[in-house]
Amino acid sequence: MHASQSSLKKGETLIDTAMTLNAMRADGIVIRHASSGAVQLISDKVDCPVLNAGDGTHEHPTQALLDALTIQRRKGEIAGLTITICGDVLHSRVARSNIICLTTLGAQVRVVSPPALMPAGIEEFGVTTFTDFNTALDGSDVVMMLRLQNERMQGDFIPSPREYFHLYGLDERRLALAKPDALIMHPGPMNRGVEIASNVADMAGRSAITEQVEMGVAVRMACLDILTRKARAVEGWA
Amino acid sequence: MSIRIINGQILRSGTNRAEMGSLTVDKGLIAEESAANEQVIDAQGLLVAPGIIDLGVFATDKPAFRFGGITRAALMPDQSPVHDDPATIRFAALKGKPDFWVHPLAAATQALNGQHMAEIALMKEAGAIGVATGRKWICDSGVMLRIMQYCAALNLPVFVHSEDAGITGDAVATSGPTATLLGLPAAPAMAEAAAIARDLLLAEQSGAHVHFRQVTTAKGLDMIAKAKRDGARVTCGITPAHLFLSDNAVSDFRTFARLSPPLRSEEDRQACLSAIADGTIDVIASGHNPRGPEDKRLPFSEAAPGMAGAETLLALSLNLVRDGHIDIGHLFRLLSSNPAEILGLNAGSIETGKEADLIFVDVDAPWQVDSTKMAAFAGNTPFDKLPVQGRVRKMMKGGKVID
Repeated sequence: MHASQSSLKKGETLIDTAMTLNAMRADGIVIRHASSGAVQLISDKVDCPVLNAGDGTHEHPTQALLDALTIQRRKGEIAGLTITICGDVLHSRVARSNIICLTTLGAQVRVVSPPALMPAGIEEFGVTTFTDFNTALDGSDVVMMLRLQNERMQGDFIPSPREYFHLYGLDERRLALAKPDALIMHPGPMNRGVEIASNVADMAGRSAITEQVEMGVAVRMACLDILTRKARAVEGWA
Repeated sequence: MSIRIINGQILRSGTNRAEMGSLTVDKGLIAEESAANEQVIDAQGLLVAPGIIDLGVFATDKPAFRFGGITRAALMPDQSPVHDDPATIRFAALKGKPDFWVHPLAAATQALNGQHMAEIALMKEAGAIGVATGRKWICDSGVMLRIMQYCAALNLPVFVHSEDAGITGDAVATSGPTATLLGLPAAPAMAEAAAIARDLLLAEQSGAHVHFRQVTTAKGLDMIAKAKRDGARVTCGITPAHLFLSDNAVSDFRTFARLSPPLRSEEDRQACLSAIADGTIDVIASGHNPRGPEDKRLPFSEAAPGMAGAETLLALSLNLVRDGHIDIGHLFRLLSSNPAEILGLNAGSIETGKEADLIFVDVDAPWQVDSTKMAAFAGNTPFDKLPVQGRVRKMMKGGKVID
């Protein structure tokens, strides 16, 4: 159900929508919402499990799980890897969830972004921050690029897409600064030529971008399975 | 008719502690002791203090003010409709009388748009005793300078909001680990000092009395302290929220802790406590802004800022005395006599000739803040479930006991 097709558009509050969904006795609710904290607000009001499919610039937990799964499949182990996340960290729920997930799993996480898109105090999450992408790439096992949204490219946060690509775009020349077998990742949808060059995004053997999509299906199936086990009276989950 | 209040811990003007004794009230004013009293009120050992003058509230909420010992309040112009013309000011000024006095503040600009000056002189004649920029900072420095010059000529204090709007943008929190973890739009705390720096220069240029309604950061307080040392005609205030909570109170997206300005870091909170003790801060106000669930049961960024603060103002402020930051005399300068002085009211202290606006306080009476049982018309308090001490047992407005 999309918000624009629901009663939210008619002025119904988010809580009322949650109560309505609850009254329908769903076995689970999956929510994506533009406001940070909206999913928690709903989960406090309903009886069934709630899966956060992304709330504002707060968290996107299943993306972090699928990214971790992808890295683990490709690299064997996450602990000890140097993982560089580059892009609009300030507005990225993917970055937040990945930082929490990957540092917890023992990776060294580097965060790269233009000064205006670096959130304050991010170092307290156990990451190292860089404004220079080239420096950050040195020794990286994984390079995770973030999507830069169109509305932020027109002078408010960065001067232009062209200048952004010049400083923060991942192309072949820059990729060579990372480890020779460095994994290339992107949560999608990509802006080819803005944050990532096409030939890098499609680089056989190096790019894990389509595998991320595949793992996304597996991770979300697993989440739905686990979250509904109680409702399905699976033994040991009642 | 004169009244003699006996057995009270009387907190007289210019003293640091209350003394057991009696007090005479005649024709609504504090009077010299006299033998012929027609009525005697036994204060039963309670603290007898000047009624609180709450400098900058967003609603006229008499039950909450009564509970909190607030006898007068300066009402912000951020109303619907905005208090930007003489008629709305005149109406607002009458709203609480006789037992409660509202002192409306006039909007500095039409519809608080920050661009065109409102009819300040006409609003003064209608009863406005100050001018306010509202919840927002006026971005255009030229407009702000002309407002201050105008108010200086009319001898009206100017109440300003101190957050540089260009820096804050759509921020709902202070930049830092908490806002970053929660993914909330945030602005650096220095947005406050940036606004204060400009407005101090404009105050000096215009000669206006500028009151910075809420100053909540170390940098902002340092600037005000320096300006005061240099003899500037500036004062500033704060609410208990910024003295007793830091930004980690917004964890879990608690919208009751969404305030304007937003809660700050623990370092800034400590600086605010120091500024209370050293006299940089002149006023503690409630910023009373009751908001129902339709404004607060929303995702954090969409929730309206503000807290219902009137009934907790005194009890929370008494913690400053209990914790040894200030004495009781200093506390009531912050709550009553300094606000009276800023507004030019003949009230706010216990001395002969002042209005007999008095509260009788049981300073040790314990109670628990409960957002579901507030006197205010909404219970949006970030202090829910907090045990506090200090209850107002009786109130007098202009020499008359209010029930």
